Amino acid sequence: MKHTISVLVENHAGVLARVAGLFARRGFNIDSLAVGVTDDEKISRITIIADGTDYTLEQIEKQLNKLIDVIKVRHFENHELLTRELVLIKIACQPSQRAEVIALAEIVKAKISDITANTMTLELSDSVDRIKNFEELLRPYGIKEVVRTGSIAMQKGGVSMKL
Amino acid sequence: MAAEKMTAAQAMAMALKAEGITTVFGYPGAAICPFYDELYNAGIRHVLVRHEVNAGHAASGYARMTGKPAVAVATSGPGATNLITAIATAYMDSIPMVLITGQVSSEMIGRDVFQEADITGAAEPFVKHSYLVKDADDIAVVFKNAFYIAGSGRPGPVLIDVPFDIQKTEIEFEYPETVNIRSYKPSVEGNKLQIKRAAAAIAKSERPLICAGGGLFTANAVGLMRELAERANIPVVNTMMGLSSMPASHPLFYGMIGMHGCRAANYAINHCDLLILLGARVGDRAVTAINRLEGATVIHIDVDPAEIGKNLSVNIPVVGDLKNILAGLLTQIENYDHYEWLQQLTGEKESQDKPTVRPKDGCVNPKEFIRMLGKSLPDGTVICADVGQNQIWTCANINLENGRLLTSGGMGTMGYSVPASVGAKAASPNSEVIAICGDGSFQMEFMELATMRQHGIFSKIIVMVNNRLGMVREVQTNMYGDRQIAVALDGSPDFIKLAEAYGIPASRVTDISQAQQAIDALLAAKESYLIEVTVDENEKTIL
Repeated sequence: MKHTISVLVENHAGVLARVAGLFARRGFNIDSLAVGVTDDEKISRITIIADGTDYTLEQIEKQLNKLIDVIKVRHFENHELLTRELVLIKIACQPSQRAEVIALAEIVKAKISDITANTMTLELSDSVDRIKNFEELLRPYGIKEVVRTGSIAMQKGGVSMKL
Repeated sequence: MAAEKMTAAQAMAMALKAEGITTVFGYPGAAICPFYDELYNAGIRHVLVRHEVNAGHAASGYARMTGKPAVAVATSGPGATNLITAIATAYMDSIPMVLITGQVSSEMIGRDVFQEADITGAAEPFVKHSYLVKDADDIAVVFKNAFYIAGSGRPGPVLIDVPFDIQKTEIEFEYPETVNIRSYKPSVEGNKLQIKRAAAAIAKSERPLICAGGGLFTANAVGLMRELAERANIPVVNTMMGLSSMPASHPLFYGMIGMHGCRAANYAINHCDLLILLGARVGDRAVTAINRLEGATVIHIDVDPAEIGKNLSVNIPVVGDLKNILAGLLTQIENYDHYEWLQQLTGEKESQDKPTVRPKDGCVNPKEFIRMLGKSLPDGTVICADVGQNQIWTCANINLENGRLLTSGGMGTMGYSVPASVGAKAASPNSEVIAICGDGSFQMEFMELATMRQHGIFSKIIVMVNNRLGMVREVQTNMYGDRQIAVALDGSPDFIKLAEAYGIPASRVTDISQAQQAIDALLAAKESYLIEVTVDENEKTIL
């Protein structure tokens, strides 16, 4: 089962290596990992999507908590979360195909970020499922490159994950 | 204390003094020279080992005797990487330790220069925490935090890697009096409700059992554990790391559990209705003996929440310092009678002893020898057991009444006993300290005989010589059709002559009739002494 784990860490060099190393050596599989600084520049937030049983999840949380640079670990149920990922997709696109790609982009609320004589680069921020769906819709045109950021997640409603 | 101007190297030495460190174990090299120069001035005793890994093991022995973080020092590159096995050994057994390594100059890092190794990266899986000091002004806080982290919560090794140029940088040094790490607040108190639930479970139980692990020593809670056992008449078994927490002849003590444990202890763990795990992580070698725990309630008390539920599912977890929790528990425990249960276990214990097997001529039954040694030891003796068959022979037969048993429990590191004995003896110069090893493990560590001589740290040594890597030989015999490969130790030196080459008197025991005399000579020796015990190459690990 997929689990979303948010980790607040000290914004030091080497912290990401410690977190990633922990997952690797304990045999926890990471599906996606995204990291960025928070409103407090001394704290970074890591969002990890990992696969595993409840036992694995419990161990992940406990072992993460043991890392000295880890300030807080939270595991969320999917329904509690607002999850977003950013994707850039470069496709082959002849001038004659532009109109239909633009129409497609409008439907899913993607942006046209770059355009050349025979390519187009689209940008979409959405849930993982919808991003995958968009990618499939573009596949017939010929995908030249896909870059995804990994998911970030935030709890819905008024609560926030702070110190 | 007002801030003083000094080099970071001097600040490192001052930090050690502020932490009450009087002895460090180490091996110098160019990248750590500024610090060594300050050790010269600081009046801290430096014990020069003959291989860096042994600096780590010696620090482990020292730390286990004092209960406080001990220090090992090495230079950059190979000096630092040689420490790794000792770091991993300490990590597995939760030994508090601060490792100081030199590093190449900051501006050279990452260029693969001479004797450069990314030691914080390499040691990461085995440290509780590590620091690569990038700003000399951080030295004081880094040292203060390192000692605090190493010694608090679940103890462990902390590595401080200090580049050469940083050591030489002049700073304003003021050692902090307090520690404040917002992301590290180990819970030590123990949840009151959980303690109450544990007390209720003990009151209700008909067949309770305490399984005492190595955490009792780190928490300094051995006395409270015995008080609990005696007051509530609860039998006690040990993991290997917990050995010597109960006197062997104590009527409530039933021995060591696990695949190398004794029958009574494993019977107890499989027939109890309440298992109370104290500072034990019940590693796989201990758990294999547990096959029918389903019916029993499990109370697990440990300072590390990650250990609770990791190897065994638990009904009543209690996270915190054993000393606090046991003290809390004792206020709620009455005198319970478990007469029938104890009778049952005593019956198992009495029927488990088999008659001593007479070995072939020219050999000694090692179990008989260890039992004889155990009976001869003065109070407070520290036994350092190595790894292999000798470890099991020692752990199962030494039967300490009053003393400490130190061994590499989790990592199973060969070559631990002699350097650990050096550290233990340095920490407790008035105690008898004896390393017991095999001829395989001894040949990984005998260079430390020179350390013992040079520094007058006179621990003693018993080498069980069967000319085999006996435990592997036994695996090959039992599982691989006795196709023995790479287990014969032909080419080994004469260990008596080897000891004599280091100026250490020694004697060989080839028949049990010579054993007592040799043991008496070893115990009477004012300085180091070595006994070589000749053992049959086909000797079994357990009877």
